[in-house]
Amino acid sequence: MKTDDLIRALAQDAATREPAVGARLLGAVVVGAAAAGVIYALTLGPRPDLASAAQTWRFPFKVAVSLMLFACAFGASLQLARPNRCFRETVVTLALAPVLLALGVAYELATAPAADWYARAVGTNARLCLVAIPALSFASLIAALFALRAGAPRSPAAAGAVAGLLAGGLGAALYATHCPDDSPLFVAIWYSLAIALLVLAGAGAGRRLLKW
Amino acid sequence: MADRDAHLTELMREAIRGDAEAYRRALEGLTPVLRAAVARGFARYGLGLEDVEDVVQETLLAVHLKRQTWDERQPVLPWARAIAQNKLIDSLRRRGRRVHVPLDDISGAMAAQEPPITTDGLDAARILSGLKGRQRDVVLAISIEGASARQVASRLGMTEGAVRVVLHRALKSLATAFRNGQHEDG
Repeated sequence: MKTDDLIRALAQDAATREPAVGARLLGAVVVGAAAAGVIYALTLGPRPDLASAAQTWRFPFKVAVSLMLFACAFGASLQLARPNRCFRETVVTLALAPVLLALGVAYELATAPAADWYARAVGTNARLCLVAIPALSFASLIAALFALRAGAPRSPAAAGAVAGLLAGGLGAALYATHCPDDSPLFVAIWYSLAIALLVLAGAGAGRRLLKW
Repeated sequence: MADRDAHLTELMREAIRGDAEAYRRALEGLTPVLRAAVARGFARYGLGLEDVEDVVQETLLAVHLKRQTWDERQPVLPWARAIAQNKLIDSLRRRGRRVHVPLDDISGAMAAQEPPITTDGLDAARILSGLKGRQRDVVLAISIEGASARQVASRLGMTEGAVRVVLHRALKSLATAFRNGQHEDG
C-alpha cells in the first residue's frame, strides 16, 4: 500500500470522530462515583456525628485535600492523554494536594501535644481505611482507564498511575465522610498508603490498556 | 517552517470540522515532515531506511485515530511529531533496540532534508492482506482504487453509512496490527 493510498482512506473517514478524552473521562467519573456511592450506602454510610464534625477544621480539611487530589489528577490525566505532554509537566499540579496535606500535618504537629501524636496518627480505623478506599475507588479506576484509551499518552504507565490518583482522590473523599479519624497525621499515613495501592494498580493496568 | 506549520494547522482545523478535502491535504502536508523525523531516528540507530515508510504509515494511522488528542489552539506539527516519535520508539523496541533517545531530541529538532520514499510500505501491504472480508474489500476499494464511500456502497450493496463504519473499524484493525508488530513476524 502506498502512503498516498492510505491517506485517501483516512480522508474518507474524516467524518468519523472519537469522542474527546475529556468528555469520556467525565463520564467515567460519573459512573465510578455512582458505583462508589452504592457501595458506600450499602456498607459504610456517613458517620453519625457528621454535623458536629463539620464544625472542626480537620474534617473539612481531609475532604478538601481528597477532592483537590481528585481534581488535580483529572486535569493531569487530560494533559497526559496528549502525546506531546509528559509527566514532568504535570508534577506541579499533582503536588498541590500533597503540599496542602503537608501544611495540615505541620499545623497539627505545631498545635497538638506531642503525647497525642501517636494516637492520632494510628487512629482507630487504619485497617478499614486501607480496604475501603481501594474498594470505593476501584470502579472509578477501571472506568477512567477505559476512558483514557481514547488518549495517546507518551507513557501509558504514568497515565495509568495518575488515573489511580484520580480514582483514589474520589474514593478517599467519600470514605472521609465515614471515618472518625480526622487528624492530618492519620490522613497523611493511611490515606496515602491506600491511594498508593491504586496508583500501583493504575500504572500496571495502564501499561497494558493505554498502549496505542 | 513557521508558514508551513500555520498552513497545516489551519487545514487540520478545517479537517476536524469534517472537511475531508482539507483533511487529505493536511495529511499530505504532514507526511514529508513525519518521514523526515522517522528517517532521522532510523539513521541515529544505524538502521537502513527501508522500513521508514511503514513507521510513517503507522504514524498517519495514529494521527487519524488520535486526532481528538490534538489541542486545536496549538500548532499541529509538534503534536504530529510527538506521535511520530512515539511510533518510532515502538518500532525500535519491536526490533529489540535499547531506546535511550531523549524524547524531545527529534521532535524539537530542525527538519533535516527529507529522505526519498524508499518503499511503498511493504509491511503495510502484508498487514492489509490480513484484513478480512468486508473490511478488506472496503479499504482496498477506497485506498488503492480511489473509490468514494458512496461508490463502494453501491458496488457492495451496502449503505454509505455502513461503508463508513466498516472503513473506520478497518483502520482501527490496521493500527492494532501495526502495534502488535505483526509485520515483524512476516
